[in-house]
Parts: sequence; structure tokens; C-alpha cells
Amino acid sequence: MLAAVFYVLITLLLLDFTGVTYKWLGWMAKMQFLPAVLALNVVVIVALMLLTLVFGRVYCSVICPLGVMQDLISWIHGKKKKNRFTYSAPKNVLRYSVFAVFVVGIALGFGAIVTLLSPYGTYGAIVSNLLQPFYLWGNNALAAIAEHYDSYAFYSKEVWIKSVPVFATAIALFAAISVLAWRGGRTYCNTICPVGTLLGFVARFSWLKVHFYADKCKNCGLCTKNCKASCIDFKSHTVDYSRCVTCGNCLEKCSFGALTYAHATPKAKAPDTAPAPTDTTRRAIIVGAAIVGAEAAMAKLKKVDGGLTVLEDRITPARHVTPSPPGSQSVKNLEQRCVGCQLCISKCPNGVLRPSSDPARFMQPEMNFDRGFCRPECTRCSWVCPAGAIQPITKAEKSSTQIGHAVWRRKYCVPLTDNVDCGNCARHCPVGAIQMVPSDPNDDTSIEIPVVNTEKCIGCGSCEYVCPARPHAAIYVEGHEVHKTV
Amino acid sequence: MDNEKKKNIFSRRSFLKGLGIGTAAVAVPTIVGCAKDGEQVGEQEPPIGKMTYRISPSTGDKVSLLGYGMMRLPTKNDHIGERQNGEGEIDQDMVNKQVDYALEHGLNLFDTSPLYCEGLSEKALGTALSRHDRKQYFISTKMSNYHDYSRESSIAMFEKSLKELQTTYFDYYLWHNIGGDRAEEGLDAMGLFEERFVNNGMMDFLNQKKEEGVIRNLGFSYHGDVAVFDHALRLHDEGKVKFDFVLIELNYLDWKHAKEINDYNTNAEYLYGEVAKRGLMAFVMEPLLGGRLSNLPDKLVAQLKRRDPDHSVASWAFRYAGTRKNVLCVLSGMTYMEHLRDNLCTFSPLKPLTEAEMRFLDEDISKQIVGYNTIPCNDCKYCMPCPYGIDIPGIFVHYNKCLGAENVVGKTTDPNYEKARRAFLVGYDRSVPKLRQADHCIGCGRCVSSCPQSIRIPEELHRISAYVEALKQRKDASGEEI
Repeated sequence: MLAAVFYVLITLLLLDFTGVTYKWLGWMAKMQFLPAVLALNVVVIVALMLLTLVFGRVYCSVICPLGVMQDLISWIHGKKKKNRFTYSAPKNVLRYSVFAVFVVGIALGFGAIVTLLSPYGTYGAIVSNLLQPFYLWGNNALAAIAEHYDSYAFYSKEVWIKSVPVFATAIALFAAISVLAWRGGRTYCNTICPVGTLLGFVARFSWLKVHFYADKCKNCGLCTKNCKASCIDFKSHTVDYSRCVTCGNCLEKCSFGALTYAHATPKAKAPDTAPAPTDTTRRAIIVGAAIVGAEAAMAKLKKVDGGLTVLEDRITPARHVTPSPPGSQSVKNLEQRCVGCQLCISKCPNGVLRPSSDPARFMQPEMNFDRGFCRPECTRCSWVCPAGAIQPITKAEKSSTQIGHAVWRRKYCVPLTDNVDCGNCARHCPVGAIQMVPSDPNDDTSIEIPVVNTEKCIGCGSCEYVCPARPHAAIYVEGHEVHKTV
Repeated sequence: MDNEKKKNIFSRRSFLKGLGIGTAAVAVPTIVGCAKDGEQVGEQEPPIGKMTYRISPSTGDKVSLLGYGMMRLPTKNDHIGERQNGEGEIDQDMVNKQVDYALEHGLNLFDTSPLYCEGLSEKALGTALSRHDRKQYFISTKMSNYHDYSRESSIAMFEKSLKELQTTYFDYYLWHNIGGDRAEEGLDAMGLFEERFVNNGMMDFLNQKKEEGVIRNLGFSYHGDVAVFDHALRLHDEGKVKFDFVLIELNYLDWKHAKEINDYNTNAEYLYGEVAKRGLMAFVMEPLLGGRLSNLPDKLVAQLKRRDPDHSVASWAFRYAGTRKNVLCVLSGMTYMEHLRDNLCTFSPLKPLTEAEMRFLDEDISKQIVGYNTIPCNDCKYCMPCPYGIDIPGIFVHYNKCLGAENVVGKTTDPNYEKARRAFLVGYDRSVPKLRQADHCIGCGRCVSSCPQSIRIPEELHRISAYVEALKQRKDASGEEI
């Protein structure tokens, strides 16, 4: 019951695009284990460890949304086919090797490993890629109804695939985990999930555990057949506590009272906490898109009245460094701490953040300015991030945080290609970092082009967004590895 | 009351719908003609055979006082998602249906231009009319050579109109939109006029066509520099060209207050006077100012409805346009069937305004409208397409709508601020796709010379963009931004 409430609320948090649920539900993301580890959130880590030391892996059956999602799928199968589980030996080699890979991944700051193996990140990717579209369509239907009645209660949001590889990955992850859950309940949690493996270590020593009264047991096997973790061996009357998620199904099923959830012999020693991320530098990834020489947006020859000019889609500039959102402090910090839960992406009201397709930063947020820019009044992503990848920042701090700087590209600039007055970048620069100057140094009346004062520029992307040149923007943001204060 | 809030761009539609719902409850099955005062029992159904006609003195044509303007035809993809790139395809089935309905109810004049609806209007009209007897209706179209005024292109335009409209003659033919300038080509209004009709010989060409009977009535339409209007009539007085009618902008706002709305415009009082004193007939355009006179602020709607609860807000403007005797035809661009039905009711037959009613519109209502400082955009789309993709009329229509609903609020301390802010921003994204909003206007100014209302489009767009930015950041807007 508690699990269902947790599950529904955290799903709602991930689905919401308005930013209102965060105030009430943001703590649910922050108490997720892996984000807390990456955020070095000692309070949450200690609390979760203590919880596990007392009750066993209740984290896995109540707090973790991916765990509850698997229970849901397994439960549907269980409706059709009862008593379908069997005991299986732990797959320790697989478990520990995945865990080792994961720890190395964190240590080296290899984002893709973290995002793909993090249970919360995986759930976030599934929800925001596969479930959120339906949520948005529902919202848009309401918005259409509201529009009909001239109400502004709902506003429409565009539904779009922010990254095809990430979308495909979300489908694959969902399919794989669903199949595992359909067939074997918590197989994913006990063979792949690194959080499951880690909490499994701790749960061996938990104060409360499931115990057998061998004298009462009639060896009917119902406990084993209903154990979604496949960790009860009724023949030997043993429970593998590293895999038990303390769901209590066995207790319910046993009609002889042969199982109990109680304190056994206490162990004094607490194991080590999770490994802290170590600092290792990583080379910047150079985005491999080549600059395609193309004509700048040609003005449509006016022959008739009415109609709209077709707008070509933007081609993302080949940035050396993709800027990271204000609050993330540096590209490295983002890469090392982000679990890829997509919370910031689903909350970004300006369509700037989207999941990266770059293998090294797979599913982690990256910025793009073809649908909007990083607006001065918004700091949402920094407040929702549970992992400390984007740290809370105020509007004032944001307005003086330099995440990158604008770069001008002469060959695409409209005053030069179309011979028209423009200056749209200068007009919209929120910090006044762009000025218009005559293109010919010797002729004050020559057509004006923009110049960027990189000392003042904060890299918000306003200029890139409003630039009329298409498909290539004539001015774009080059990210900074480490953020600076202007 | 809720109904009060519903006055928006679809106000006439919702109004009619509202009436329909109202009667469904009373369950009155019979459909009657246009309601006489106090007799209204439901959605108005225009009667057949009651249309008011005027006689053209030159040819004796019996022309319906309501004419169908083909500038705003129904499209298939009316929704914003479909409008991202290019406008929707013309809904020919709907055009046919509406043309049939209009003819059936006695409307017999259809007005188009080679440039309307991205150049597709003539063809759509020709298709619809070809299904009827040519003697049953009058066609009006224009020499719209203001983008390309070479002799060859102009003659080709004339020939193409005949072909698209599937006819061998035009009942009414106009020199289209004289009075505008082409500053970027160094042509003032008079200069452009000379290029379009005198230097290329088109004036003589069209005179010739009239003699041949291909043009039955010749006229001109005018916007902008009044010197060109006077000049054209002087040519008529001198016998260099024989006009039969003039198409002018006439409505209760433009009658006396044209200058207050837009200092480039001329009062209709003067224009109509010049036409009438020569014994010519007037065609009326913009009787509703592109819908602005049907989509009035709530307060004004209440004032009009108090006087006449049974009829639409738009009916006042049409009655105003049709009351004067030298008006041969009032053109209305009726996109939706609901508009057509409502207007047919107003004109079947037209109930002329009394002097008191005339004064009420000229004085009380007009002065209040002027006070709202709306942008004088009539959504004619002559400025479109913007080469950089901006939906110029879409932005202006939204802004005016918000002004009328008092949802343009500059001060964050205003008690109405949050509600107005949300209405403006949510409505903005609903009516104009993000990449076509005012912040993407670069100010190249290519649209300016196309605007018959001479709106300083880039300045207005930048002003709106600054206002939107202030709203988004919850900052007080400066005086210039509102």
C-alpha cells in the first residue's frame, strides 16, 4: 500500500511539466539511493543504510519506483498463473561483476554506465520517454477543451522525441525489465541492479529478517512459489537475505505460521558505505557533427499575399563543449553525478534540456537552443536535481553564471547574406553582451553586424534561439568546461 | 456571467451556438425567418427571397447589398499544429457549400483577387461558381499588380483571372489597392501608381477591355495616400478613364475617426462624399475591420446588446455600412457558415440605421474603441509571408484580443496581473507557434510597404516582444511596451 502511494507520487513527479509537484514531492527523488550517493547527501545515505540494517531491503520494495514497477508487472502475471516462482541459486558472479563495472564507471565518471544501470535513472527514462507523451496528450486534450471554453486553466505542451537513441533505449530497457519481471519477479533487482547488490550486503546483517520455524513447516513450498526474489529454499529452510526485499508475500502465504519476520541474532558490525566518487579528469568529448556548408535562409520571393514561410529545422552547431545548465558548476560535475533520471528534462519549460545521445553522457541532460533558451527567470532544473549534478542556484546567481559564450559565424549572418538590417541577437541579449557595429570598418553607414563581449556573455542561448539564419544559426553558444562567475 | 467572458475571436460563433443551446431547451421545432424584434425563438435562419438589392446605374445590375469577399476562405487545417509550416489547404467542399448557400439566399456578388489566399482564391471561387448559371451571379476581381508591375506580368494576371474564374467577362474589375508606396524601391505612392497603371499602359489596356465588354464595370480600390485617391478621380473627371464604382473602407470607426486609429488613413466620410457627389457607386470593404468590430471588448458588447439583444454585434457594423444610398455592395469575407448565416439575416432585408443609432455608433461606440489603442490590423495578410517566418497578423490579432479583454497589464502590482499574464502568455502560445512569435522579428522592414493600414509592423512587433519578455520575467513593463 505504502509502496503504491510512493510509486504513484514519484511517477507524478517525473511526469509533471509545470514544476508545481516538485515543491511537494521533490523529497521523493532526493531520497533515492544512488542520487543521494552522487550528491554526497550523507543524511539520506545514512538513513537508508539504517533503514536497511533494521528492516532489510524495504527500500527496494517501497521506495524504488523501478522495483514497484516490476512488482506491478509480476502481479499481472500472477493473476493468471499462481504459485509460479521457484528457488534459484544466487547469480553472484554476474551480480558482482555488474557491480564492479558500475563502481569503476562511477569512479571514471563514465556517464552511460551510471545512467543505464541506475534503477531510478532507468525508471526516469522509461517514464519521461514512454509515459510522459500520454500524460502530455491528455493534458493537451484538456487544453483544447479549455481553449474552446476560453479558459486558461490548461496550456498545451508539444510532444516530441527529444532524442531518438534515448527513446529507443528506454523502450529496450522497459522491454527487457518487463520480460524479466514477467518471468521471474525481481530478477533484475538481484542480478543487475547495483543498488540491490549493495543493499544486499547490508541486508544480510539486518535486525529484522524472515525466519523459519522448522518445526512448524510442512514443506508445502508455497513460500518459495510466491517469493518474487526467488530467495527462499523451503527444503533447507533458508532465506538468502541478500536478495530478500522483505515484501512479506511468504508470510501471508504460509498457513502454518512457519515463517516470521523478527529479530534474530544481531550482528554488531556495519559494513562500509557506498564508494564515493573519485576525481578523475576526463577529456572533453568533441561532438562529431561536421559543419555542412549550406545556403543561409533564403528570403521567399513575395508573389502572393498570405501564407507562412517554411522554417527549416536548425542544425545543431558543432560545439566543442556542450554547455551544461547553470548550477551544474562544470561539465565534469554533471557527467559524474547525473543518474539520467530525466527529471530536469521533463521540468525544463523552455525545451532547452534534452537527453544526450553521446555514449559517454548517454541520457544525461544537454542543452540545445533551437526551441527556446535558458531563460533568466527559470532555475527549475537546479532545484529538482536529486543527485547534485545540477545544484540549487538563485536567479541572481544564474544571471552572473557564465556557462559558455556566444560565437559569431560570419558566413551565415543575415545582414551579410540577405543584406537586411537585423540585430535580433543584440536586441534580445539579456545581459547586453552583444552590440551592432558597421560591417565595414571604414564606412560608418555600412550594414551592421553583431559583436560579442565574451566577458559579459553568460551563454544563455537567447541569441542562438532568435537568430533568423536557418538551418545554421549565425550565432551560437560554445560551452565552458567549468562555469565562471561574471 | 460566463457568456460575457466568451467574447473572443470566435465570439460570433459562440454567440450563435449559445442561442442554439438556449432554444434546444425550450424545444421550439419550427424554423422561422430572421427574428423581428422581440420575436426571436432560436438560432436565426436567414429567409429566402428577402435580400436587399441595389441597382448599378451604369449597367442596371441588380446587386445584392451583401457581397461575398473571398479573401478569408475556409481551410482544412485550422489548428495551430498544422499551421507550423504554411497555411492549411483551402477546403473546397466548404467553399462550394457556402457559395451555394449564399446564392440560394439571394447573394449574387463575389469578390476576389489574383493574390488572395496565397493566390488560390480565384481558382476556388471559379470552381464553386462554375456549377451555377453564369447569369445568376456577378464576379468582381482585380488588377493586383503591386508586387510585379511589368506590362507582361500584368496582362498575364488579367488573362489568368479569366481562366481561373472560368469566365469570358468580369462584371466588376478594379485597379487594386492604389495609394500604397514602395519606399524600398524609391517609389512614393504616386510613383508606384504611375508605374502600375500609366507607364506600363495598363490604364489604356483596361479601358480597351471595357470597350470590348470583357469588363462591364470598372473601379478602383484605395488604401493609404489620399493624393492617389484624388488623382484617380481627377482622371475620371478628365475623361481619361471611366469609373463606375470605387471600393472604399467604410465602417463606423473609419467614418470620422480614421486618423485617430491610424494617421495614414482618410476618413470614410470624405471618401464616400467624393464618390457620391460624382454619382458613382461605392463598394464597401472592411465593414468589420477584419473582425475587430464583431470582436469588441466586453463592455461595448454589453452596450450594443442592451439596445438590441436579438442581433449580433456584427450586424450593427453591417447595417452601418449598408445604410447609405450610394453603397452598391458591402463585401464581407465570411470564413465560416455561421458568419454567412448571420450576415444573410442582417441583409434579408437590411434594416437601415436610424439617425440616433448612427450617432450612437459614430460617437459613443467609436470613441470608446479608439480609447483601447488596438493595433489597426485587419488580418488581411498582405504582409505575408514574412521572409523570416513571423506570423504577423496572428500576433496582432492576439494582442488586440487581449487589449479588448483587458488582459494587457503593465504593472505587476495590478490586482489583475496574474490572471492577465497567464491569459496573455498561454493564449500567445496557442495562437502563434513559438518560432513565429514577435521575438523572431529581425526588423528587416520588408512587410511595411505591403500593409494597407501602414502599420509600423517591426516597431509594433518589437514592442510586443518586449512586453512579453517583461511578462515572462514578471517585471513591470515600461510605458512604451504596453
